[in-house]
Amino acid sequence: MIPGTFEYHRPTTVESAVALLMQLGEDARPLAGGHSLIPLMKTRLAAPEHLVDLAAIEGLRRIEVVGDDVIIGAMTTQHSVIASALLAELVPILRETALVIADPQIRYKGTIGGNCANGDPGNDMPALMQCLGASYQLTGTGGSRQVPARDFYLGAYETALEPGEIVTEIRIPVPPAGHGYGYEKLKRKVGDYATAAAAVVITMAGGTCISASIGLTNVSETPLWASDSAGILVGSTLDAATVNAAVAAAEAITNPASDMRGPSEYRTKMAGIMLRRALDRARARATV
Amino acid sequence: MNEQVKIDTDRAERTEKLQGMGCKRKRVEDIRFTQGKGSYVDDLKLPGMLFGDFVRSPHAHARIVSIDTSRAKALPGVIAVLTAADLKPLGLHYMPTLAGDVQAVLAEHKVLFQNQEVAFVIAEDRYIASDATELVDVVYEALPCIVDPFKAMLPDAPILREDIQDKMVGAHGPRKHPNHIFEWQIGDKQATDDVFAKADVTIKEMLVDHRTHPSPLETCQSLASFDKVKGELTLWGTFQAPHVIRTVVSLISGLPEHKIHVIAPDIGGGFGNKVGAYAGYVCSVVGSIVLGVPVKWVEDRMENLSTTSFARDYHMTTELAATKDGKILGMRVHVLADHGAFDACADPSKWPAGFMNICTGSYDIPVAHLVVDGVYTNKASGGVAYRCSFRVTEAVFAIERAIEVLAQKLGMDAAELRIKNFIKAEQFPYHSALGWEYDSGDYHTAMKKAMDAIGYKALRAEQAEKREAFKRGETRELMGIGISFFTEIVGAGPAKNCDILGIAMFDSAEIRIHPTGSVIARMGTKSQGQGHETTYAQIIATELGIPADDIMIEEGNTDTAPYGLGTYGSRSTPVAGAATAVAARKIKAKAQMIAAHMLEVHEGDLEWDIDRFRVKGLPEKFKTMKEIAWSAYNAPPPNLEPGLEAVNYYEPPNMTYPFGAYFCIMDIDVDTGVAKTRRFYALDDCGTRINPMIIEGQVHGGLTEAFACAMGQEIRYDEMGNVMGASFMDFFLPTAVETPKWETDFTVTPSPHHPIGAKGVGESPHVGGVPCFSNAVNDAYAFLDAGHIQMPHDAWRLWKVGERLGLHG
Ligand SMILES: Cc1cc2nc3c(=O)[nH]c(=O)nc-3n(C[C@H](O)[C@H](O)[C@H](O)COP(=O)(O)OP(=O)(O)OC[C@H]3O[C@@H](n4cnc5c(N)ncnc54)[C@H](O)[C@@H]3O)c2cc1C
Repeated sequence: MIPGTFEYHRPTTVESAVALLMQLGEDARPLAGGHSLIPLMKTRLAAPEHLVDLAAIEGLRRIEVVGDDVIIGAMTTQHSVIASALLAELVPILRETALVIADPQIRYKGTIGGNCANGDPGNDMPALMQCLGASYQLTGTGGSRQVPARDFYLGAYETALEPGEIVTEIRIPVPPAGHGYGYEKLKRKVGDYATAAAAVVITMAGGTCISASIGLTNVSETPLWASDSAGILVGSTLDAATVNAAVAAAEAITNPASDMRGPSEYRTKMAGIMLRRALDRARARATV
Repeated sequence: MNEQVKIDTDRAERTEKLQGMGCKRKRVEDIRFTQGKGSYVDDLKLPGMLFGDFVRSPHAHARIVSIDTSRAKALPGVIAVLTAADLKPLGLHYMPTLAGDVQAVLAEHKVLFQNQEVAFVIAEDRYIASDATELVDVVYEALPCIVDPFKAMLPDAPILREDIQDKMVGAHGPRKHPNHIFEWQIGDKQATDDVFAKADVTIKEMLVDHRTHPSPLETCQSLASFDKVKGELTLWGTFQAPHVIRTVVSLISGLPEHKIHVIAPDIGGGFGNKVGAYAGYVCSVVGSIVLGVPVKWVEDRMENLSTTSFARDYHMTTELAATKDGKILGMRVHVLADHGAFDACADPSKWPAGFMNICTGSYDIPVAHLVVDGVYTNKASGGVAYRCSFRVTEAVFAIERAIEVLAQKLGMDAAELRIKNFIKAEQFPYHSALGWEYDSGDYHTAMKKAMDAIGYKALRAEQAEKREAFKRGETRELMGIGISFFTEIVGAGPAKNCDILGIAMFDSAEIRIHPTGSVIARMGTKSQGQGHETTYAQIIATELGIPADDIMIEEGNTDTAPYGLGTYGSRSTPVAGAATAVAARKIKAKAQMIAAHMLEVHEGDLEWDIDRFRVKGLPEKFKTMKEIAWSAYNAPPPNLEPGLEAVNYYEPPNMTYPFGAYFCIMDIDVDTGVAKTRRFYALDDCGTRINPMIIEGQVHGGLTEAFACAMGQEIRYDEMGNVMGASFMDFFLPTAVETPKWETDFTVTPSPHHPIGAKGVGESPHVGGVPCFSNAVNDAYAFLDAGHIQMPHDAWRLWKVGERLGLHG
């Protein structure tokens, strides 16, 4: 558990950070809170020769509303996400999710940008971002571009980030007032990644579900946006038969690895159970 | 205030000032521990110190074709790379184990488990050492491996230990197969078989106490410093038994024992993991002797979990025979014990299966027979007593699960069946069918107190209702009531049957009173967090009438402390605690002579009163221990040597037998398999209670580890022998969030043979806790005819039970 040798860089602007990353190439990695990267380095599963720490860059820690969207700077810590009154009011599911990530110590250091950029299917934020229809602003030497979270994840630790690019902000469309939400996570203990987890956001009108979005965590190589499953719910009263069908559709797209959390079939079934429970909670919270 | 009240108040005040036995004295060591001021091996820094790190085998079983260290040696900062070829001329490529086997220090021709030590790199810092391990080129030729102990003795099984292939008689008798270690038998086979042949009811269940690891927060580590000029070795390390380590180092290195200084500084938990000797210790010592500079070795978490001693891995076919109305007539147990690649169990020499023969438990079982077969597999070696006396958790698990299986077959309440078979208070000292003499107990009283406290009857009624509700589909929760009534055997032990490497398992205390009446006392044991500095001082405080705060306790330095066998198997209080009381009493006897001289009376005219000797009938004529101490140095009586000190090496006449009644109420979510502990009640009887607060702390800790073991903690291997989950991400170490709330209670049945009647408590909660949790889980599913459900009871395994029973619709 001793990392290899590396150089440490601490740029103060996004421009210099991306320039450094471009120049140092494959051997360099951005460093945010370090709570995913450093454990990998300690077991030498990752051995970057250069770390470009984003901590000293001004302007990457912010939470603000711009138009219909909430903008969260990539270096905003999970703790700040939890502490934000603005987020608690506009996108309360963010807080609910951040609270089941790791433990308080890790959340003081770990960032939302690092959580989303990491590409580990075990991270909780990515599926939530897919559920919320968020997009990431990626900045490189050639400027910035927006990539929807639903298109960002290509495989385990494989993302749409191009060499030299970093995530600078996360843009989340504010869900409609009165929406129902729930993030349900099954884990073995505090500080564990999900055996399976589900994020649900719905809106109801007159007892009918008029919109639904579902994200699933850690039941495939990437986070999953369960659009078919959500589609089944829309237009229904969320009756038992419909929910069963939606759960079956969600389970069908999972492909979890067997690991110490349990065999694959268990984790698939748990994705279904988490979805059911998140949906129950969302329904109870939605203004009809 | 009348005279009597005045006297009583005065005596109460003087007693309180001592903070002696029975007082909830705050732990003195916590002042440094809670401020981060403890001093552990890894805190030590010596000038010129080098660091070692291991090259480890990626294979579970492979032949070593070649080892090339040249690239590693070429790395700047690398000082040396040791391999078996370097150790062999010194006779150190193997080391003896406590179990009479040998264990490879660095693998020579073969590796026998994943992560086995193959080479030791010594470098200027830990980073370079770690980098260099990747530059040692080892060519392996993979061999078929054995992971399942039941396949170890098949006729065509690959032979693991070629080094002892021809040695068909091991340390514990004949070996039936090259992968067989020993067969150990005890009890009356014929009589037991006869009982089983005739009994109304019998049960037979394979009970697996799965492989896990003691996982102390501080890993194993050592720092060796050899002074070439003086020819002296100083060795700091995480040693639960520093004196034994010194003897072992002397025996295997050839250095005279007086030129070896072994020091165990603060230790961050041991739980059995730090009893044995490890390759890292040997390599740091060899490194320092060869290079003449200090060499430090610090294990990382994965190394700790995957290489240094594991615990359990007992596969126990357990049978009970009983009458229709629930009187147990006999017990028959066969254990297949998976010891891994080397037999490195840390048991007293004559006990290859530890005290597994305590498996008749708290019950009056007339006949029993136990057979244990130990086998080699391609897994890490060990089999240490993880927060228990030798194999006692395994033994108690066997009987406490088996009795529930029997209760179910009989259709009897599990508590009632226990009560019916308890050894009665008047039967003590009780001779068990498998050879032990239980010192004292009052099981019926403890059980009744526990059942009343928990509201047993009402809980069973609630459970019956919940079961009906479950059947009607109104709830998805199952309620389980777990019981365990355990009897431990701790405090090893009498010289007639307990030794380690030929050294009798006594322990020691040396107490020295200074002229001003303060005290230094040293023991042969070594605390790893148990609070020895607090409790030993309380024993002395009560015995000698000196405030505990004026007493300093020291352990762990073999130059200054008297020889002792160390701390494990709950032996500190039963053995060194007894030595402490006896040494104190020797001092007190001398103090009485001095007091008589001071007061100009006969010794026989004096009586002890809390902190002083007073003249019988003349309470105003007295000398306090403080005054006596001064006099001992200043004006000792003629014909009496000056000073006031004593040493005692205590060899216990018997073990002690703590017991307890535990209850666990659990609710299991059938759909996820998640089990929630609603209540856990633990009644412990550890005899005389020295510090109730420390007892409570020990019970909390032991229960937490029991909870971990029963509910998810494991060291698992895949069929290739890859160790799975050897990090704290997967290895279940519960945090405060998962840990249930503990309710503690007690009865007091002193040990009749112990000078202060104390029995030891550090391990009881673990021993009693594991079966209690497992019984709760099993009880939850019992009405569905689930059969015995093996541990660990993590969520996915319980979900699988639900699948098997068709509970998921
Ligand atoms: C014990 C433990 C338990 C945990 N449990 C959970 C859990 O339950 N759920 C969960 O979601 N997470 C969990 N985590 C991970 C934690 O939330 C991390 O903090 C988070 O995944 C990564 O954020 P970070 O800021 O620490 O990123 P870092 O570790 O610094 O970086 C992670 C990766 O992302 C890259 N990166 C970081 N920031 C950017 C950026 N702005 N642009 C481009 N690339 C970037 C880095 O190069 C690196 O590859 C756990 C961690 C630990 C140690």
